[in-house]
Amino acid sequence: MKAGWDGVLNKRGDCLWEIPQDYKQGMRTSGLIYASEAMIGDIKRDQAPEQVANVAFLPGIVGSSLAMPDIHWGYGFPIGGVAATRVDDGVISPGGVGFDINCGVRLLRTHLTEKEIEPKIGELVAELFRQVPSGVGSEGRIKLNDKEMNRVLQNGAGWAVERGYGEGSDIEYSEENGCMKSADPGEVSQRARKRGLPQLGTLGSGNHFLEIQVVDRIHDADKARVFGIEHTGQVFILIHTGSRGLGYQVCDDSIKDMMAAVQRYGIDLPDRQLACAPVTSPEGRAYLGAMACAANYAWANRQCITHWTRQALVSVLSKKDIGASLVYDVAHNIAKIERHRVEGNDLTLCVHRKGATRAFPAGHPDIPAKYRGTGQPVLIPGDMGRYSFVAVGTDMALNQTFGSTCHGAGRLMSRSAAKKQLKGTDIPASMQAKGVTVMAHNLRTLAEEAPQAYKDVSDVVDAAQCAGISQAVARMRPIGVIKG
Amino acid sequence: MPHFDIIDHTADIGITAYGNDHAEVFSTAAHAMFSLITELDNVEEKVSCQIEKTEDGMEVLLVSWLNELLYIYETEHMLLKRFDIIHLDKKHIEAIAWGEKIDRAKHLLTTDIKAATYHLLSIERTQDGGYAARVIFDT
Repeated sequence: MKAGWDGVLNKRGDCLWEIPQDYKQGMRTSGLIYASEAMIGDIKRDQAPEQVANVAFLPGIVGSSLAMPDIHWGYGFPIGGVAATRVDDGVISPGGVGFDINCGVRLLRTHLTEKEIEPKIGELVAELFRQVPSGVGSEGRIKLNDKEMNRVLQNGAGWAVERGYGEGSDIEYSEENGCMKSADPGEVSQRARKRGLPQLGTLGSGNHFLEIQVVDRIHDADKARVFGIEHTGQVFILIHTGSRGLGYQVCDDSIKDMMAAVQRYGIDLPDRQLACAPVTSPEGRAYLGAMACAANYAWANRQCITHWTRQALVSVLSKKDIGASLVYDVAHNIAKIERHRVEGNDLTLCVHRKGATRAFPAGHPDIPAKYRGTGQPVLIPGDMGRYSFVAVGTDMALNQTFGSTCHGAGRLMSRSAAKKQLKGTDIPASMQAKGVTVMAHNLRTLAEEAPQAYKDVSDVVDAAQCAGISQAVARMRPIGVIKG
Repeated sequence: MPHFDIIDHTADIGITAYGNDHAEVFSTAAHAMFSLITELDNVEEKVSCQIEKTEDGMEVLLVSWLNELLYIYETEHMLLKRFDIIHLDKKHIEAIAWGEKIDRAKHLLTTDIKAATYHLLSIERTQDGGYAARVIFDT
């Protein structure tokens, strides 16, 4: 593997860099990376920019192959990659969505204050850890049969609410209302179902988490108020997980189908992991139907976890009115069919967001009425020791990045480098000293998730703001963390 | 002992598996993958399962073989450590894998591997006349 990337990168703005179309033969358009000057050195340390150039090979790509400020090396697509293709004559690539279909983040607001829960934080974290199954290979408390699974795949978060896991308003404050109607359960293999059956309502492991956070800075008080962010010290819950084994299997199944399709349709690609098929082809339609099912499974998953989180809060705090309502739920690994105005024409596009968050502006019809005046809430998690951000979508995002922005911090150290550097460190104790109570199944691998192993998410949020593709609304810091 | 290197990239993990022939490369790659999932010293060869896969080409077959093992791990709760390759050609593999059911008291699961990917996938001849296979995982 090559180490650093030494391709052509032209500065096009304070936070905008271009890989010209003639950088590589076969590129159908240019590549654009949204990042600050300070970040570019880091970005060129690996082959992520080459992956931006590779995505520009996709037939039917509209605009440029885009990368958000948290761009890093992925498979096929870079993480932080955004590509829009024409539905009429363009392709869909499962690699542009990733294995964890609809990996995403959900933010719950509460009426609680840090002062109120501080004396009980240990108990609260322990109860959340007990209620929400987590860890490598974790299995859930929900018993599904195949018929019920079809309903999950078809109805997403709606299935969970119907079954008593949550409230009607949860659906309203979720991207797609927690359900993609294009779901076709007939396209989900038995193998994917078998992996998904025992895992619904589980957090998983790796960078997935459940955090109790408090507001520590408000950047835009007016917008914050509309999001229910009232004051510093207010308690929020952030949940980060996806479609578990079901999504991984849907992706694996489809990449194989797509590799055959690449031959059949004579598509020329620089990386097998970019395997794709025309959006309207049988292979493309089958993937879209299966992907939507996995996305719905992920929304049902986050919805069940939401329910148990509420139960844990109510039982530990012996208080009924905690006000745990949804601010929003965003998908950051997904492909969507959306209408966009490009150079004066209204086009129907397939927008791939691989480690990127939709960031629609004020006035957009696809966001809840309550947020029409502010723009869509964008949830950007950081590491478990520093902070996460709530931001908002902008007109600039809609015009330049098909309504997309960053999704997180990105790693600074490899997993083993983190473990090596932090060998002998008692992570929960050192986090406790900083005021963060942590519980995890595996303390040995917790070092992989230590704050030092991640980049500072505020640099990413600042670069997105500098580029104009999202604006910070509030910053939250974690006080309680559940890890797999 | 299976001979492999861990590719330790900032964001992800991969392996390079070495062997005198393709069969040894396939069994070593599987061993390397499970060594990322758990401490294999704590896994005994108690039960076996049969694996059969057909794909179009040796490299794709390697990814398919590893993903099949991940599927068995996840759905049968099996940790596997020994891989006897019965038949392997460019398109087809038949093997028996040995290991034991996950026992949470005994086995610490360390990494959730989502899948073996086709990214930077290669099987190449080495200077000493053997083979080396590279696979990157999504974790």
